Amino acid sequence: MPALERKHEVELARQLIAGEPHAFDGFVEHFRAKVFHYSWLMCRNREDAEEVAQETLLKVFESFAHLREPERVRPWVFRIARNACLMKRRKSVFAPPRELSLDDFLPQMNHDGGDARIQIADWSLLPDDRLLRSEMKQVLDQAISELPEHYRTVILLRDMEELSTLETAETLDLTEDVVKTRLHRARLAVRQKLDEYLRGG
Amino acid sequence: MEPHQHTHKCKEVFSLLSEYLNLELPPEACQEIETHLAGCQPCIEFAESLRKTVELCRQYQPAELPAPLGKEAREQLLEAYAKMLSGRKTVS
Repeated sequence: MPALERKHEVELARQLIAGEPHAFDGFVEHFRAKVFHYSWLMCRNREDAEEVAQETLLKVFESFAHLREPERVRPWVFRIARNACLMKRRKSVFAPPRELSLDDFLPQMNHDGGDARIQIADWSLLPDDRLLRSEMKQVLDQAISELPEHYRTVILLRDMEELSTLETAETLDLTEDVVKTRLHRARLAVRQKLDEYLRGG
Repeated sequence: MEPHQHTHKCKEVFSLLSEYLNLELPPEACQEIETHLAGCQPCIEFAESLRKTVELCRQYQPAELPAPLGKEAREQLLEAYAKMLSGRKTVS
């Protein structure tokens, strides 16, 4: 499905560049929802998120001539959205990001006799097709909102928007290695919250 | 056999799990991880929980949606789009 969605976006971008009249509303509707989602999870404020969505789309049209490759429309839109979010939250500039230690996410072990058991929930009780039950969704939502901002933006772009590592790196002005480091820690932190929930904590 | 602590290998696998799940590792490294997972129940359980976490994130849909686009906001965008089109024509 995400591959299809991206194909659709590229097609919309091509039509938009070609000046096909119906492309405008399709493009605006699609990316407005996407950018709103991203900026809502980044800013946690509805008004800011709607402003970011509008400012992003305006900027997109103002600088569309710079988009040489319609294939790159998604990372390009998110780059503009990310900058608009930063402008809304200028204070983040003063909080230099620090990486969390991997050891904080290592699960504890139980040692009963010679056989060790890992202290995690029984995730096999959670079949793939039923992952997003409504309460899980709330826990996930909470877990994402509690992530440090520099981890949240990476997991949103990599796992939710399914940008590649390279695209995410370019969008956020980071190296690919930093994207990988932050994505892993973000996932581990989210996993830990979900695990606590599944264990009834 | 010693009771299972997180061995050096467990920690190495643990640090590479996201790249492994993303298919971003070279084949030899994948093979090494798979060999370790095949013999290490705690690591396999952990890897499965991380895989499901990623799956959850991928399925995640926003609870909040933007309000419908207002008339004024749409006009503002349409104007920028018209400018973009006319700018493009004068350039080419």
